[in-house]
Amino acid sequence: MAEAVLAVFRGTREGGTPVDYRVPIAPGMVVLDALHYIQGHLAPDLAVRWNCKAGRCGSCSAEVNGRPRLTCKTRLDSLPTDKTITVAPMKTFPLIKDLVTDVSWNYQVNKKIPAFSPRPGTDWKMSQADVDRAQEFRKCIECFLCQDVCHVLRDHQKQEHYAGPRFFVRVAGLEMHPLDNLSRIKSIKDQMGIGFCNITKCCTEVCPESIHITDNAIIPLKERVVDQFYDPLVWIARKFRRSGGT
Amino acid sequence: MNEKYETHEHDVLIIGAGGAGLRAAVEALNQGASVGVVCKSLLGKAHTVMAEGGIAAAMANVDAGDNWRTHFCDTMRGGKFLNNWRMAQLHAQEAPDRVRELEQWGALFDRTESGDIMQRAFGGHSFKRLCHVGDRTGLEMIRTLQDRGVSMGIDVYMECTVTRLLKDGDRIAGAFGYWREQGRFVLFKAKSIVIATGGIGKAWKITSNSWEYTGDGMALAYEAGAELMDMEFVQFHPTGMVWPPGVQGILVTEAVRGEGGILRNRLGERFMEKYDPKKMELSTRDVVARSIYTEVREGRGTEHGGAYLDISHKPADYVKRKLPGMYHQFKELADVDITSGPMEVGPTCHYVMGGIRVDAESTQASIPGLFAAGEAAAGLHGANRLGGNSLSDLLVFGRRAGAAAAKHAKETATPTLDAAQVEEAAREILAPFERRDGEGPYEIHRELENTLQSLVGIYRNEEDLNRALTEIERLNERASRVRVEGSRLFNPGWHLARDLKSMLTVAECVTRCALARKESRGAHSRLDFPEYDAAWGKKNNIIVRDGAGMTLRQIPVREMPEELQQLLADQK
Ligand code: SF4
Ligand code: SF4
Ligand code: FES
Repeated sequence: MAEAVLAVFRGTREGGTPVDYRVPIAPGMVVLDALHYIQGHLAPDLAVRWNCKAGRCGSCSAEVNGRPRLTCKTRLDSLPTDKTITVAPMKTFPLIKDLVTDVSWNYQVNKKIPAFSPRPGTDWKMSQADVDRAQEFRKCIECFLCQDVCHVLRDHQKQEHYAGPRFFVRVAGLEMHPLDNLSRIKSIKDQMGIGFCNITKCCTEVCPESIHITDNAIIPLKERVVDQFYDPLVWIARKFRRSGGT
Repeated sequence: MNEKYETHEHDVLIIGAGGAGLRAAVEALNQGASVGVVCKSLLGKAHTVMAEGGIAAAMANVDAGDNWRTHFCDTMRGGKFLNNWRMAQLHAQEAPDRVRELEQWGALFDRTESGDIMQRAFGGHSFKRLCHVGDRTGLEMIRTLQDRGVSMGIDVYMECTVTRLLKDGDRIAGAFGYWREQGRFVLFKAKSIVIATGGIGKAWKITSNSWEYTGDGMALAYEAGAELMDMEFVQFHPTGMVWPPGVQGILVTEAVRGEGGILRNRLGERFMEKYDPKKMELSTRDVVARSIYTEVREGRGTEHGGAYLDISHKPADYVKRKLPGMYHQFKELADVDITSGPMEVGPTCHYVMGGIRVDAESTQASIPGLFAAGEAAAGLHGANRLGGNSLSDLLVFGRRAGAAAAKHAKETATPTLDAAQVEEAAREILAPFERRDGEGPYEIHRELENTLQSLVGIYRNEEDLNRALTEIERLNERASRVRVEGSRLFNPGWHLARDLKSMLTVAECVTRCALARKESRGAHSRLDFPEYDAAWGKKNNIIVRDGAGMTLRQIPVREMPEELQQLLADQK
């Protein structure tokens, strides 16, 4: 039977190294199947996160041959199996063990986003066309692959000042909800630090849900920030409103 | 003791963070209780995200004739009248409000022309009833509840496994568990506990369920002395993927049939004409699963031992819009373009109708302070669940559990934790590290999966079930000597060793109940008793722990009031 060799990172925060495992290839096998084979037969304590095995929960993220991916959707036959396949944990997050990282920072960021707040007196009618736009962002499965790949977090470690693409997607979903009544534009600029994004589009490339993170979420949000804070007419209008007019 | 272990105190502790657990948390917070939610995975990853087709609620947005009465009748009929009628009634009456509530918390459902929530057809439902978002309704629901909970300041203990419920005399006092990440122990003190841990499918080989679905909640409740009910009723979803091997069992949503998908055998015959000419592909799940199984067994299966499910007669754009998840799933995992050709599908273990016996109104189990909701609880679905009734179940009874648990906590004094129970729990969970010999948990799990798959599957008989019992006993014996390697730091082998214990407990419950029920009804089909039996139609199986052994008894199905009986007679 044909075999694949996987070099899977084994280790903890104290250190670690890739370890080679030989795995028999079955038709249609995905990287997560190979990791389960390793767990079940070769390394019972190999730490891996997964839930659905169907690309729907976003638990099984890792870097396969250096690229951030869902291991349950990465087929072995899409990779060159004559060479060793490397599987490493997401680099942007602190390591816990093997392929499992500490993603709790994402949950902290999420907490700060003001929740959906419906327009008073709404009759809850919405047209499909209006809903479509926000639905794209609600497809997000929180795999955090976009966070992993974004250089602002990965290379420049701006975690303190920058929320990352996942949360621009979330905010876009709220801002573009047809019945939402709140503006989060100030916090997008100040707390979430959208200015750090220089539109490299790496996040969009890795998103397993094919959300157009940059074009449909980040750029429109950037435009709203500009409109609200830097457009002189808007600025004057705001000043005027504040000084008593309506 | 409190110095020895990390301890958290809450009025209400909720175990499980899927739809039922989160809905319960939101409600208990609403009532002013202090709430903790414990879950085995990260927040937002619970099995609810896998729910695809929709939430059943008689909103009558698409079919004006729909109302709670019809939904009630459909549910009772689907469950072959073993349901707790009161649960079925509350469920049908309250589901529309629970859906509206989700919308008010930010969920974005697909819309009708007039701007209302869109509803689609589903097996066993008389009207277009399932509120949905393409084929990712569960994700929408869990994200909405998660956001709501987070904005209310919910405390979540993620990646934490509860291994024992602690009692103060007869009543609930708290729970003992460990952090999966570091392996450290943690104690919870709580006046009320809500079990919302979902199902048991991981004990079968071919399943749509994730690793979390190991029956923990039912096993915990059972160990604590609570009654379990109707455990023989395990639903095999008719359409799971069958090829390639790695994806075997992954769910193919019923929405494919709801949107007009057609089932055919190898010979191109639309075989549902034989089994249910009236409802065809939209017959109830038990019937469709048995039909596919029979086609395959009689030699009319597809290349990989399934049936063809075809939606390609619909416009490609429509399929991609209504079933985007399915489109990608088949494209990426099976190299099949469902807009131009059929899928191969076969039955997969999906859901358990049985579970913890609860009171209909309050969801309280047979132990004061213990509540259960969602798949972990029994009663609503009887002998077979209708598609779409699960998500609505989570919302309706999740809310009721949260409210009742908060109320119970208000009326109850703070319990004390018993050091002896805690130490016992700690010893038990560490034992696999201390053994010098014994085998690892993976092989035992594989054998359990194979045993249930072949002996406690869609069709059952006395001989197979008896063999299964012997086998489970043997596996239990091996599991009691299981050994794990490595450290306590995020160690899946150790985690599985613990989950295995729950799976073996529920496997035994299912087998014993299946052996007792000498008839075929809903999801329980006995080859040696292929007909309905009127006497069994009036009994629920109850399992309770008696020392180290299980005792089984029957109770009469709760009698329906006159007006509901009349309703069922009228809607024939
Ligand atoms: S486009 Fe912006 S958010 Fe996306 S990876 Fe580049 S810098 Fe990061
Ligand atoms: S936006 Fe895409 S890549 Fe980012 S977390 Fe969501 S699904 Fe993953
Ligand atoms: S396991 Fe759920 S996305 Fe991979």
